[in-house]
Amino acid sequence: MEKTYRTRRGDLVRAVEDVTLDIAENEFVTLVGPSGCGKSTLLKLVAGLTPVTGGTIHVRDTVVRDPFPDVGIVFQHPVLLPWRSVLDNVLFSADMLGLDPKGYRARALELLALSGLAGFETRLPRELSGGMQQRVAICRALLPDPSLLLMDEPFGALDAMTREELGLELLRIWEARRKTILFVTHSIPEAILLADKVVVMTPRPGRLARVITIDLPRPRTVELEFDAKFKAYSDEVRGLIFASRRTRGDGR
Amino acid sequence: MAGSLRSLSKHVVPAATLAVAIVVWELACRVLHIPKFIMPAPSQIAAETWEWRYRFIGHSWVTLYETLGGFALSIVVGVPLATLIVYSPWMRRALYPLIVLLQAVPKIAVAPVLLLVIGYGETSKVIVAFLVAFFPIVVDTATGLAATPPELLELSRSYRASAFKTFVKVRFPMALPFFFSGLKVAITLAVIGAVVGEFIGSDKGLGYVILSSTSYWKTELAFASMILLSLIAVLLFGAVCLVERFVCPWLAPAAEE
Repeated sequence: MEKTYRTRRGDLVRAVEDVTLDIAENEFVTLVGPSGCGKSTLLKLVAGLTPVTGGTIHVRDTVVRDPFPDVGIVFQHPVLLPWRSVLDNVLFSADMLGLDPKGYRARALELLALSGLAGFETRLPRELSGGMQQRVAICRALLPDPSLLLMDEPFGALDAMTREELGLELLRIWEARRKTILFVTHSIPEAILLADKVVVMTPRPGRLARVITIDLPRPRTVELEFDAKFKAYSDEVRGLIFASRRTRGDGR
Repeated sequence: MAGSLRSLSKHVVPAATLAVAIVVWELACRVLHIPKFIMPAPSQIAAETWEWRYRFIGHSWVTLYETLGGFALSIVVGVPLATLIVYSPWMRRALYPLIVLLQAVPKIAVAPVLLLVIGYGETSKVIVAFLVAFFPIVVDTATGLAATPPELLELSRSYRASAFKTFVKVRFPMALPFFFSGLKVAITLAVIGAVVGEFIGSDKGLGYVILSSTSYWKTELAFASMILLSLIAVLLFGAVCLVERFVCPWLAPAAEE
């Protein structure tokens, strides 16, 4: 598939070019690459929020043209509704989908408990830390039990420690209830630690550099980061990203 | 101890300053023998206000409901207008320059013409108050509606929620803080609008009292009217703040831990 934007001045900008990617059901795939490589654009294309200008996107057997309800999205910022309690923020997704929020209450409470937010149900978002707010946003996305979860740098605004903690928590939730996750990140260790498959992208226009299958045992732990295999994957990804920078530099 | 002292000084200091100012004013009038029609002393203003108390209630009431009428009208017209401007690029192009142009026209200059056209009754004052008050409501509400985080709009779109549902559940509540800051500016402007309308031509209201009492050299009545007008403006402003706290409790400062 490809995506070309027309800027306000009328110039054409290729955001994503010639990307072919197969993702298996219930696979955890991370997209990693420098800024401007079209990672976020790719997510929007998969969500059906922006139309592709070339090629097609299939989810299961259907071609994606418009937004479809079987998807959950988590952004870099939690974007909770400040007037809704934590519980009502989780129920927001069911509400917007036109489902009866009452029927989802039990599941919402269960999700909140699973993310360590039991006891915070009636709090307002502003009473929560950034990490807790992002947990609420993840619960909101998981509530209707979508088979596809799109995450756009969901831990990018958090400090390193909270980031690691939330990553492992996400893995725990995912292992308990598998779904397909497409996860965009800037962080190479995060990309490797979470994924079955790491997709390395290079910028302007966004292309696939390589798809690396991560063969590390699950459940994953932070200790894995000291593993020689982990180090090798990390070097491979880093090498690909820096190689693309070097060739771009030479081309000028 | 230190805390209670601080809260004491928070209220006592401004009250004391006001009291000192009134005493100085009173003394200056008496010691310098300033004629009543040039600068009445606070005691003279108070005495005259008491004398006129029933008539003042009537005049205050007229100005109050002209103000509230203009204010209500500016909400009823301003919010849909702001919504149109934000949702339709066409409407934005068509309406925005007109609204700005209307704002640029000095309303005090328009008022005489308006009264000529609409008549000298209360309706014309409501219209003047509306004209003065509606601009901040339109601009602030439009700014608020346009400030919805794009992620929330994408989220709503991905859940295939209708535009109306997104407006009611996300965009409008998100714009409420902006809407209320528009209302706070508008309510005090509406008071000014009503008084300007009364200045041009009327037979009741506090603006009328100011105009007629000064032509009879009854300056203390004019001062009393001004104080009442300020009181009305402050009370209405306070009322808007109160409604805001009730409608948007999540904006209240977080309780200290």
